[in-house]
Amino acid sequence: MAVGLAVFCIAMALLGHEILLMRLLSIVQWHHFASMIISLALLGLGAAGTFNTLFQKWLLPRFHGVFGVNAVLFGLAIPLSFSVAQHIPLNPLEILWDPRQWLHLLQTYLVLFLPFFFAGNCLTLAIARFKEEVHRIYFFDLLGAGFGALGIVALLFVFPPWECLEILSAPGIAAAGLVRLDLPRRRSRWAGLALVLLGSGFPWLWQQGKAPPGISQYKGLSTALLAPGATVVAQATSPLGWLAVVESPSIPFRHAPGMSLLCASEPPPQLGVFVDGDSMSPITKIDGRLEPLTFLDCLTMALPFRLVQNPRALVLGAGGGMDVLLAKLHGARAIDAVEMDPRMISLVKDTFGEYAGHLYSAENVKVHAAEARSFMARSTASYDVIQISLLDSFTASATGGHALSESYLYTVEALRDAYGRLAPGGILSITRWLKIPPRDSLKLFATAVQALEGAGVSNPGNRLTLIRSWSTTTLLIKNGDLTAADLEGIRAFCGERAFDIDHLPGGGSGEGNRFNVLDEPYLSDGARALLGRERRAFMDRYKFAIEPATDDRPYFFHFFKWRTLPEILASRGRGGLPLMEWGYPVLVMTLAQALVLSLVLIVVPLLFLDRGGGGGGGMGGGRIILYFSAVGFAFLFMEIAFIQKLILFLGNPITAVSVVIAGFLVFAGIGSRCSTALSNAMSPFRPAEPRPASILAAAAGIATLSILYVFLIPQLFTWLAHLGDAGRVAVSIVLVAPLAFLMGMPFPLGLAIVGASRPAHVPWAWGINGCASVLATVLASIVAIHFGFRIVVLLAIAFYGLAAMAVAGTRGHAPPG
Amino acid sequence: MVRTSIGVFWVAVALSLAASVLLRAADDPFKPARDRMVREIEGDVRRTSERIGKAALDPLVIEVMARVPRHEFVPQGQRSQAYDNRPLPIGYGQTISQPYIVALMTDLLKVGPESKVLEVGTGSGYQAAILAEFVREVYSIEIIGELAETAAERLKKLGYGNVQVRTGDGYYGWKEHAPFDGIVVTAAAGHIPPPLIEQLKPGARMVIPVGGPFFVQQLMLVQKTESGELQTRQVLPVAFVPLTGGH
Repeated sequence: MAVGLAVFCIAMALLGHEILLMRLLSIVQWHHFASMIISLALLGLGAAGTFNTLFQKWLLPRFHGVFGVNAVLFGLAIPLSFSVAQHIPLNPLEILWDPRQWLHLLQTYLVLFLPFFFAGNCLTLAIARFKEEVHRIYFFDLLGAGFGALGIVALLFVFPPWECLEILSAPGIAAAGLVRLDLPRRRSRWAGLALVLLGSGFPWLWQQGKAPPGISQYKGLSTALLAPGATVVAQATSPLGWLAVVESPSIPFRHAPGMSLLCASEPPPQLGVFVDGDSMSPITKIDGRLEPLTFLDCLTMALPFRLVQNPRALVLGAGGGMDVLLAKLHGARAIDAVEMDPRMISLVKDTFGEYAGHLYSAENVKVHAAEARSFMARSTASYDVIQISLLDSFTASATGGHALSESYLYTVEALRDAYGRLAPGGILSITRWLKIPPRDSLKLFATAVQALEGAGVSNPGNRLTLIRSWSTTTLLIKNGDLTAADLEGIRAFCGERAFDIDHLPGGGSGEGNRFNVLDEPYLSDGARALLGRERRAFMDRYKFAIEPATDDRPYFFHFFKWRTLPEILASRGRGGLPLMEWGYPVLVMTLAQALVLSLVLIVVPLLFLDRGGGGGGGMGGGRIILYFSAVGFAFLFMEIAFIQKLILFLGNPITAVSVVIAGFLVFAGIGSRCSTALSNAMSPFRPAEPRPASILAAAAGIATLSILYVFLIPQLFTWLAHLGDAGRVAVSIVLVAPLAFLMGMPFPLGLAIVGASRPAHVPWAWGINGCASVLATVLASIVAIHFGFRIVVLLAIAFYGLAAMAVAGTRGHAPPG
Repeated sequence: MVRTSIGVFWVAVALSLAASVLLRAADDPFKPARDRMVREIEGDVRRTSERIGKAALDPLVIEVMARVPRHEFVPQGQRSQAYDNRPLPIGYGQTISQPYIVALMTDLLKVGPESKVLEVGTGSGYQAAILAEFVREVYSIEIIGELAETAAERLKKLGYGNVQVRTGDGYYGWKEHAPFDGIVVTAAAGHIPPPLIEQLKPGARMVIPVGGPFFVQQLMLVQKTESGELQTRQVLPVAFVPLTGGH
């Protein structure tokens, strides 16, 4: 029991640390590089398997001591490794220019790898030491991970991420004491108790981070703070991100994206709200005068208000409130503003309420703390204008790092939902930054065409308009054909502001590319092709991926195509690198590095393991590799795919998602705990013998359930669309429970077979599974980008099938003699 | 005897020539690297000629790029890479642009010996130095005080007496010296400040690199016609056609 609790604590801190590190590195660097670094660091778990395989003869007899030392080292490494990593001058932006950056990347991996390695040592040791009770140890492991997933989110609501490191050390160090509590000697137990107390007090003894970490000097916040007198006047943290409000009195922000060159107005003072040190959203000062706000009318996103009078408006991704202000300025009679982060709302409404002219408390403005997609699904209202301006999923990034973050905002289904919320004649307006050659603007256009076709519109081109300033594009989707009066209004609006029109129903040539001349009329040509019969061929030939994103492949920000890569790299010296869309190549780089390291970690022990040690029973080396990597891939693929499906249903409030993830892990843990019972039930006459048949049964159950889910879930979620948050969480857990329960079984059952026949191979099997888990996480994203999450589920089933094949025909009992 | 004397004479001539070459090289050890950089730029321009609309840059721009000591404008630790055709960090989250981009921007400005140029975002002062080589006056504004000071000292030390640097907000331009024959805005804001457009002479051009640090996505060119009308053009500095093949 004491060992179980110690394992629980280690697993809890481990998962908490993984999530926390992601948060911290997203602040210090950028999201996509953060994922790469963490994936590689997570191989520490696999390395621990290798280390324990090689030295188990020495380590196992000293179980309590070695576990304790590793637990303490794990606890200390959590804050220390991050602190040391902060001193490595890593700048991922320079990685293709400066070879030294590869060295810094390696240094960062090595440093951040340590806590995972120490924790991995504890877990591997426990599994190897108690191999007969592997189902119990794994139960505590998964239970701890579940609590870790939930606990860290709770912690992040209370403390800023940089203050959570030493809090996570506490269970780590306490585990070193816990493991001693069932030792026979009283002195050992006292020492254990002292360690538990020391661990509990650690956050008070070790106060490392009271200030935000040093963020990359190339992030927006760093640059903003260099202006004389610029200071952070408020900040708020939550699991959604770190918000820092900057006041810059001497050099104001003047955020007016793509403002017409014909407008001479200067934006009023603004406060910049930075999310994770980047992606600025302004809070505009309102002093009651309308005159300073006229700049808003000079932006492309003001177009819908030219066509609709006194609208009821919906603003998705309200942030600091600029779009709300725009709607208000144009006489919107009612405005619903949706913002995902409640702290952002509180900043605009309360902390800077007066500065913002009480915008969010205005009579006709209603602010909703919700995710855009789920708001639309639950709302029954219809709108004359729906506005989405320059909104990216979580944090914006100039270097295209979004490719690997799923976004359900710009999918075909999302646009169809939004379209469905439009009143007759209503307009959905989406603004993006202009990129040359175009990427997101064209992908969005293609998505809109497909969404309209899906909604039964026979001639989508008649309902679409695409305009462009020198740095933004705005796409309008109207619920109804654009009328002659609309077209006149659009032409007048653009003419007055020197904006180009790239698509207008019936628009002749010569309208686009007049004021802001592109070397080729990429956008108007693209729009024409995407509306015509050659759409498929156009998308295939285009050098960026602009095929519409769907809910099953929610990667709007993925533009990378392999065949474009050589051309981009060859033009490096000629300013070609900015054409690189980083997200996907970074993902592939992660996979390649992890694959090489995993192979080393898996193959090295083979050279030292006694291959004949198993005699005739159990699994051989090849089968062990096959089984444990297949189970690792299968578990992660299945988990990731279903969590993604549920995120959409849950509406992505971070608490709901973490409850469901925790539920998944806990039920898998319970499954593990019950796995022996299943095995015994299937073999009532030889209960002590682990049965491969039980694995087959579990795999069959998983396959049946998951196939059922793939087909039933979309319909089920449509029926349940009216449910509130709590109901959705409950439904999700009910769905997850049986699947996770079964998924918790194959790993301990397999390990029991190995433990009975080749005990020396147990840590190795654990390590293989650890490596496979890391590879699976990265590979799942790549598969989903190309084929969608349904295929991820099917592959997971195939992996379970592969695992079943690997054990089929083996006997679980120990070799005779 | 005479033959020996002639021999000695030629040996002496050869030695002195070699010595002078060596001395010059010692005087400017970066010259070969700079020449290599210029050759690279010329090649890059040829390869991107279709995009940028010309086969070669103004020979004067090339000549100036071959003359200005770029290594003086980068931090000590980066000097060995000063003439690589790549952007380099100069501290404070700022970079010195890729030489190819600097050359292209300078060329796009189309300024001459009598021109007066405004630069917003001095950075290291490299772009100002390039401009100062062939215009009459350069006025440069930098937000970050430390960068402005270092750049001003550096430019003075290198003898660029026709560059004035000041710390401040580039949004309002430099009214006292307006209008300008060319404006370079390297510290790109979310929008183009109207005062800068106002301070642009009719017929003059403004160049703005768009993108993040290390990544200049495109060059935006604002042209004010003689009649005061504005036109912008996006110049993609890469020979890259997003659609190829087929029909």
